[in-house]
Amino acid sequence: MPLQLLAALALPWLAALALFALPNGRRNTAAAIAGGATLLAAGLLAMQGPAVFAGDVPRFSWPWLPFEGAGFGLRVDGLAWTFAMLVLGIGALVVLYARYYLSADDPMARFYALFMVFMGAMLGLVLADNLLLLVVFWELTSISSFLLIGYWQDRADARRGARLSLTITALGGLALLAGVLLLGSIVGSFQLDAVLAAGDTVRAHPWYAPTLLLILLGAFSKSAQFPLHFWLPQAMAAPTPVSAYLHSATLVKAGVFLIARLHPTLAGTDLWFYVVSLTGLATLLTGAYIAMFQHDLKGLLAYSTISHLGLITLLFGLSTPLATVAGVFHILNHAAFKASLFMAAGVIDHETGSRDMRRLHGLWRYMPLTAVLAIVASAAMAGVPLLNGFLSKEMFFVETLQLGSRPLLAAAIPVLATVAAAFSVAYSLRFIHDVFWNGEPVGLPRKPHDPPFWMLVPIGTLAALCLLVGILPALTVGPLLAVTATPVVGGTLPDYSLAIWHGFNLPLLMSMLALFVGVALYFMLQRLFRLHDLVHLPRGGREVFDATVAAAVRGSRALIDLLVNGSVQRSVLLITLAALALGLWTVFATQPAAVPLPVAATSAGPVAWTLWLLTLCSLAALIVRHRERLEALVYLGVVGLAVSLTFGALSAPDLLLTQLLVEVASILLLLLALNFLPRRSSRTDPPARRWRDAGLALGAGVGISTLVYAVLSRPRPDSLAPWFLENAIPGAFGTNAVNVILVDFRAFDTLGEITVLGLAAVLVAALLPRLRTAATVGTPGAGSEAGRSLMLEITSRVMLPLTALVAVWFFLRGHNLPGGGFIGGLVLAIGLLLPYLGSGVDWVEQRSKPRFEAWIGWGLACATVTGLVSLALDHPFLTSAYLAPVLPVIDKVPIATAMFFDLGVFLTVAGAAALALTRLGRLSGAPDDGGRT
Amino acid sequence: MELLLATAIGAITATGVYLALRSRTFELVLGLTLISYAVNLFIFAMGRPVAGRAPILRDGVPTTLEHYTDPLPQALVLTAIVISFAMTAVLIVMALKLREVSGGDHVDGGDPSGDHPTDDDGGPKRGAP
Repeated sequence: MPLQLLAALALPWLAALALFALPNGRRNTAAAIAGGATLLAAGLLAMQGPAVFAGDVPRFSWPWLPFEGAGFGLRVDGLAWTFAMLVLGIGALVVLYARYYLSADDPMARFYALFMVFMGAMLGLVLADNLLLLVVFWELTSISSFLLIGYWQDRADARRGARLSLTITALGGLALLAGVLLLGSIVGSFQLDAVLAAGDTVRAHPWYAPTLLLILLGAFSKSAQFPLHFWLPQAMAAPTPVSAYLHSATLVKAGVFLIARLHPTLAGTDLWFYVVSLTGLATLLTGAYIAMFQHDLKGLLAYSTISHLGLITLLFGLSTPLATVAGVFHILNHAAFKASLFMAAGVIDHETGSRDMRRLHGLWRYMPLTAVLAIVASAAMAGVPLLNGFLSKEMFFVETLQLGSRPLLAAAIPVLATVAAAFSVAYSLRFIHDVFWNGEPVGLPRKPHDPPFWMLVPIGTLAALCLLVGILPALTVGPLLAVTATPVVGGTLPDYSLAIWHGFNLPLLMSMLALFVGVALYFMLQRLFRLHDLVHLPRGGREVFDATVAAAVRGSRALIDLLVNGSVQRSVLLITLAALALGLWTVFATQPAAVPLPVAATSAGPVAWTLWLLTLCSLAALIVRHRERLEALVYLGVVGLAVSLTFGALSAPDLLLTQLLVEVASILLLLLALNFLPRRSSRTDPPARRWRDAGLALGAGVGISTLVYAVLSRPRPDSLAPWFLENAIPGAFGTNAVNVILVDFRAFDTLGEITVLGLAAVLVAALLPRLRTAATVGTPGAGSEAGRSLMLEITSRVMLPLTALVAVWFFLRGHNLPGGGFIGGLVLAIGLLLPYLGSGVDWVEQRSKPRFEAWIGWGLACATVTGLVSLALDHPFLTSAYLAPVLPVIDKVPIATAMFFDLGVFLTVAGAAALALTRLGRLSGAPDDGGRT
Repeated sequence: MELLLATAIGAITATGVYLALRSRTFELVLGLTLISYAVNLFIFAMGRPVAGRAPILRDGVPTTLEHYTDPLPQALVLTAIVISFAMTAVLIVMALKLREVSGGDHVDGGDPSGDHPTDDDGGPKRGAP
């Protein structure tokens, strides 16, 4: 049932939403929501079990971004099903455990909310049927694990560990994304079915090597493979339930899951063999060796996890069918014993207040139940017979002996595997012997005892599983292993028998040897080398990482110091220089291909010459007289007028209107501002600098002129213009193509632009004092009683309704003739300013206090709702429709729904412009120094 | 006509850059306003405007570029004009705030007297961390 799949995936996310809303004090409710959601999801997935075991692949699919090849689909084959059950099963146990582990001070609801987010991401990762979707969930696991590792955010080591793990796994995620994109383009699809079926094509493709290496980089970073393993021990700063979950069954397993998932597609070449198996071997040995010297319980488990992940990777690298089965088997076994060991370590920490194996001794007498469970789990980790770890390790040994075709490795790998196994026995023994025997506890803060019953249940469940699988493998785990491993092997399963006893053979000998050597090694380290005095701090990855980060920070600081020293003039200078340099570089460095012949120039009429002369004269005057500010404004206004007339002369009536209105509004703003600024600029720039700036300005001007002329004298390339012209009437029901683009074809852009406009106006209102300052009251000025012109006062009162009428007229005709929301809004705003100028602030505010902020809000709401309506009617956001309601009296009224969008534009523009203008207008009663409050 | 348009845009740019490099807030605002004129004209010019072909569709006229100019640059410029107005307002208010806080109208703040000696880059260096 496809919907059950979707529900199973959605449940953790819904639980997370509920938990984010829950107060942190509701501890039991929080745990119940998290546990309930997990169990329910597990139940829904379990219902798929019979189908999966019968060889079916239940699916759910929904087109997400179909044109990009990214579908939102779920696909449950054996591998995905087992991993999903692992994620949910161990998740449920950890939820129970965490309820008792976290103290009353820890924000419980937040913990479970983040936990559920992580679980949802992990579930999505294993169930995704599309590589792009898989990458999305992959990144979500990186982010949510960052938040979980840094859960105790007031601790520096937690923050550092979280940052480190995010950096490494997110960088790996980028590599994975690149690899997946390559893989998708080789296969021609991102769907897992297609990718899994295209193994031969992929392996023969010239891009195979980069694709493989990028994907492996992603997997290795996540699974803490050497030399990227160093983030995992740092992540032990997380609360122990997080470690138990992330570092046994889920996060680090995502990497090996990916290797297993893509095994049929990517494996089978020498490159795969050497890269994967040698990385795995290096990780196996490094992790196991360092683990022996850790004094911290969780540190030991962390390095042991690294080592076991190396073992799994090595098995997938060997890539024979049986090695692959062994790898899958070890993933399951490791999840069971490592989760229980982490939880046992957490119990010890919780009950004794310490995780230091140099102080924890003889706990057998104080916490016997914990001891028994921990012993079972560590024995599984060490690979002792009758436990699950023994079986997969035995299969591993068998496989190390099958490398006949590669003589060097055939000799080295079995030996190194036995050595690593001996290390593993040594650190497992240390975990038990040091903590539960080896003398009396040293300076513990409190007398230890067994934890609450419910804290032992999860550990006990997993320990029992280790035993059950170890004793009766074929009965318990046999079918599950078969169904899980089939898609990884990519075909039919090899013959293998899950039994404890295969007779006396070489692998058994290796196991026994490892056991004895390991035990001997441990006691030798304790007795001869005083293990507790050895401080073994692994150096390398983390130091390189820290140095890189420090260098990056130093480099950025130096660059900032170089570019920004607090002087605005200098920044403007640098920006201009950079723009010039970039322009010159484009001209000289790129070879403009086959320059077409210049087209014949159109002749310029008297209007063009007049405008040109007007512009140039005003600019010259502006340069000479810019320190006389009032005069400068006049010249600026003339330039603006010339610009708007140019728009008008060149077939852009909408631009003519807009530029004209903005010109009026801008000059009004600048005039109001001049009230508070000196009327003249004093000359401070030395002549040398002025000449330098003039040279620079000349360069910029000549550059732009050349560019414009170069473009205009060449034939027009193909553009989108014909499409807009052809579709204006059939698609958007309007004849004004400019307005149609604004309110229909590119309406989403317009929505963003009016949002910016609204924000800018609110910023203006926020920066200016909200109320008139004391200094402005009763002082003579433009806005107060004394300095008013009767003529202006009367005219402005008459003008307001008239301008409003003109504004509405412009707005209504906009879709078909020049006009529209922008133009109408600007007209209205200027009209609204008139009473302020004519009659003063007091007069206006006695009569009404327009709240222009609300206009902005209503306008934005109107525009957004228009878009949402079309979305609700199953059309893309902001699709236009044509209505022709027949109203009484007026008869048939043609309306495009874009009109409602344009109404939003109208309101926002009017509100924003009026807000900015009137806020400055309110201040205008103040004399020169009135701006200072 | 192309030459006139090109030189006018260049002249507006040059004046704008020169004024933006001055040390007073008011000139900076003037300069940026001019630069925004120039940029708007530039985008507009990229649509190869010609006289007498406004993109207002008329009955019976084929919807091709032979009869209408490119409406897209016009739509882009229209919103750009309105946004640049909003940015002018924000700049002015920042200039006013600066004067309220520092007492002067030098772009880097400070200098209430308006005649402080300039160093290489003008204005007081606040120094970087």
